[in-house]
Amino acid sequence: MQQILPAISLEVTVILLGVLMLFAEAFAKTADRSHMARYAIGVLLALLGFSFFTQAAPADGGAFWRFYSVDATAMFFKRIALATTVLVLIMALEYRHVLARYIPGVKEGQGTGEFYTLPVFICAGLMFMASAVDFTLIFVALELVTIGFYALVAYMRRSAQSLEAGVKYLILGALSTGFLVYGITWIFGLSGETNLAAISVKLHTGFAPGGPLVGNETALLFGILLIIVALGFKIAAAPFQLWVPDVYQGAPTPITAFLSVGSKSAGFIVLIRVLEVFLAVEVVRTKVIAVLTLLAIATLLYGNLAAMPQDNLKRLFAYSSIGHAGYLLMALAAMGTSPALAKEAVSFYLAGYLLMTLLSFLVLILVARHSRGDDIRHFNGLGKRSPFLAFALTLAIASLAGVPLTAGFVGKFLVFKAAVAAEQWPLLGVGILAVAAGFYYYIRVIAAMYWQEPNDTTPIKLGPLARTTIAILAAAIILVGICPSLITTQLRDPAPLAAR
Amino acid sequence: MTFLNVIVLLPILAAIAVALGAPARKTSLTAAWAQLAFTLVALLGYDRTLGGFQFGSLWNVAPAWKMGIRLGADGLTLVMLLLTALVTVAAIIATPRIEKRENLFYACVLLISAGAAGAFASLDLFFFYAFHELALIPTFLLIGIWGTGERQVAAWKITIYLAIGSIILLIGLSKLYLSIPEAARTFDMTLLPAAAKSISAGDQATAYIFILIGFGILISLFPFHSWAPSAYASAPTPVAMLHSGVLKKFGLYGMIRIAIPMLPEGAKQYANVLLVLLVCSIIYLGLVTIAQKRLDLMLGYSSCMHMGYIFLGIAAGNVIGISGAALLMLAHGLSIAALFAMCGYLREHTPSLKFTSLGGLAKRMPFLGYAFGMAAFASIGLPGFANFASEMMIFFGAFKSGATAASLTFSGPQIATVFALWGVVISAVYMLRAYRQIFMGEPLANTATATDPTCCQRLPILLLLAALLIGGIWPKSYLTFIQPSVETLLTR
Repeated sequence: MQQILPAISLEVTVILLGVLMLFAEAFAKTADRSHMARYAIGVLLALLGFSFFTQAAPADGGAFWRFYSVDATAMFFKRIALATTVLVLIMALEYRHVLARYIPGVKEGQGTGEFYTLPVFICAGLMFMASAVDFTLIFVALELVTIGFYALVAYMRRSAQSLEAGVKYLILGALSTGFLVYGITWIFGLSGETNLAAISVKLHTGFAPGGPLVGNETALLFGILLIIVALGFKIAAAPFQLWVPDVYQGAPTPITAFLSVGSKSAGFIVLIRVLEVFLAVEVVRTKVIAVLTLLAIATLLYGNLAAMPQDNLKRLFAYSSIGHAGYLLMALAAMGTSPALAKEAVSFYLAGYLLMTLLSFLVLILVARHSRGDDIRHFNGLGKRSPFLAFALTLAIASLAGVPLTAGFVGKFLVFKAAVAAEQWPLLGVGILAVAAGFYYYIRVIAAMYWQEPNDTTPIKLGPLARTTIAILAAAIILVGICPSLITTQLRDPAPLAAR
Repeated sequence: MTFLNVIVLLPILAAIAVALGAPARKTSLTAAWAQLAFTLVALLGYDRTLGGFQFGSLWNVAPAWKMGIRLGADGLTLVMLLLTALVTVAAIIATPRIEKRENLFYACVLLISAGAAGAFASLDLFFFYAFHELALIPTFLLIGIWGTGERQVAAWKITIYLAIGSIILLIGLSKLYLSIPEAARTFDMTLLPAAAKSISAGDQATAYIFILIGFGILISLFPFHSWAPSAYASAPTPVAMLHSGVLKKFGLYGMIRIAIPMLPEGAKQYANVLLVLLVCSIIYLGLVTIAQKRLDLMLGYSSCMHMGYIFLGIAAGNVIGISGAALLMLAHGLSIAALFAMCGYLREHTPSLKFTSLGGLAKRMPFLGYAFGMAAFASIGLPGFANFASEMMIFFGAFKSGATAASLTFSGPQIATVFALWGVVISAVYMLRAYRQIFMGEPLANTATATDPTCCQRLPILLLLAALLIGGIWPKSYLTFIQPSVETLLTR
């Protein structure tokens, strides 16, 4: 494969695209802004294609490479960010009529340009985060993402729910940022470095017997805990999940989907990179694993049990997304003993999670637009109203629940495999409970679609864009479920440049 | 394209076609008959002198994990595939008229059959597991939409129960896979037994107990049985036939194919636990079956009870016992499917399945009277049917197991056999009582409109009974396929 582009050109292009879109928003003559989203989708798709032709990191390096890495994991998460953004923009297009109702404007579509522009900037942030190997870049990228979300969550200015969600997300997001900076300071105070590799070296030698840092274990642990807490907010791990249900329900649905996939995958890639450093330090390893295990148990139980009584589908997805963070934490808790299995599990799980979550949200948007509501009862009899949408949602939900021959199952299998390899028996016990609960609340949706009679029999019309997207996502879920090497081959690092 | 590819793909493709709007019943019937024909051709084409796995095919989907859709069949597999094909044909013919959403119904039924066929034909651990779960959501929909009685409760119960069983099984299989040294790890079931030899006794025990509980739930072994009777009682006829007749055998097949040959030390450690559970299955569930007042629930409980015998054959751990277990898997699958088919017919044509509201039906339905009697006798284990031959083999095998000339005390399997023999008496009690109450005596007024099945409706019952009779009169017809496979499994 030809490697013609430096990887950073992807981020630069995304940012340029965002800037151009801002200009278009300011100077375009027509009120309708939806064409902006269409162009952006095209550019981002092209970038997704180009991402397979980027250069590996040079062997000699330079100042820049202290901040930025382009290993296979980074490229993989960049692709996840690009794909997510494309799908979110497609959803935003389908959502634009709902959005217009809540935006003050003379004509429909006026003042909605930022709704398509901000996701592009968030995408840039997510892509930077995938490559970030320095706490400064991690922090800046994370803020680029979070600030974009502050605006987007509260975008529907006439909806009290959306505004409430925005305020909640702002306050708790700011709080978690504070935790993150404070944690970074402690680590910096101990090691004098912000680069992860350099920190790793410093901590390793420092905490070796007789090293200069011996006796400072508590300080290190405190710093690590603060960082885990901060990232716990981003990935919605219990007990830092309080914001999730209200924000997910109040935010515009495409943004909910973006939060649940983008924010989560960004949080997890940072966690993987940071934990790799901390788990290498002997003196704190068991304690960090214990913290992760406890987080995983709390998150699995809270997310899955609280999802059971929900009647609103968006809220149900909010709780279930907490549950999924629990499975991912389950894999992270195995990172101390079997790092390769755990990393593979997290990456694969997130790729599958992207497909199934975005597919469910896309169907949710389409059905909610016709049924004027997103409670589970609005999906009653969907199997009769629109067999195509019902089948797509069934597939997405089966995948979320973890039925084999779907992408979601392979992810779950890898997570459980990693946990078995790490011999995390109590955690596995909680996992069994979580899966059972998950089957209950997910299948409720299937029951509503097929068991119940429809409240409203008008067929649901689909545009060509929505129809193709749904078909592609559904096919991808099955294909990845049957043929996991589609994903796993991307996770392996190619031979380093110097060796070629 | 090998025969096996066709056998597994046919129902899947037919299900897709039906879901997209092809004529439901015609397509399903054609696919089912074709599946049966191909299975028979495969049975005839299987080279018994060569033995081993034949008709192999491989699609390498994840070479890095040494995982692929690997199909292949030995004699044991082929007999299971024959069971699948026979019961599928019978189930689809026995399906009554479906009033609403016929296409969805048949697509789901075909998916259940495809899941079973795929699981039996898979030689890859991952897809062996994955194919079985293909049936999960279709079963939920079938029972929930077209079931009778407390159908929604039953649908939830079976789905959640089986999901829990599956995830526990997954943990056990992962443990088995991970206990193999990293270089030798593979999902290939033809290489696994050799690779599994290096697993320590402790790891074997851990993997085995998860696998036993997981399969135990899927098979409805006591005390994990409570999902089965209510689900079978509420399920539409073809679902009850396929699930109790075929799909439940997946777990037993897994015990024979995976647990026993790959984890012998684990099996030894938990041998007594299994013996206690299977004796409870036979005796306790047998007594519960006697107490039932409705035909559908009685059949549901009896199908759980009979799992105990098959487990006894597996617990025996010798060729004769396990071959008997495999033959009983076939025999039980055929007989319970025939019984559920007739139970479904009765549900359609009589006001209630309560024993007290039925009676004297042999006068109104002479054919059904004969056929039900034969299936009931088969289920009890009377000579002439495959059930008798297989139960004999199981009892002999179990009594032989663990016995040495020197020891004066009974071994565990021997004691279990003594208890299990009483199960035959219990089966006779509930089956004959049910038969008397339904078919003997004077007909009641409320069944005045009941008529015998038409020719076409008799076909599935005759088909299943014929296969049972062949196994009873000439057990070797099946055993020539089963026994060599079991021998290779145990000597590995």
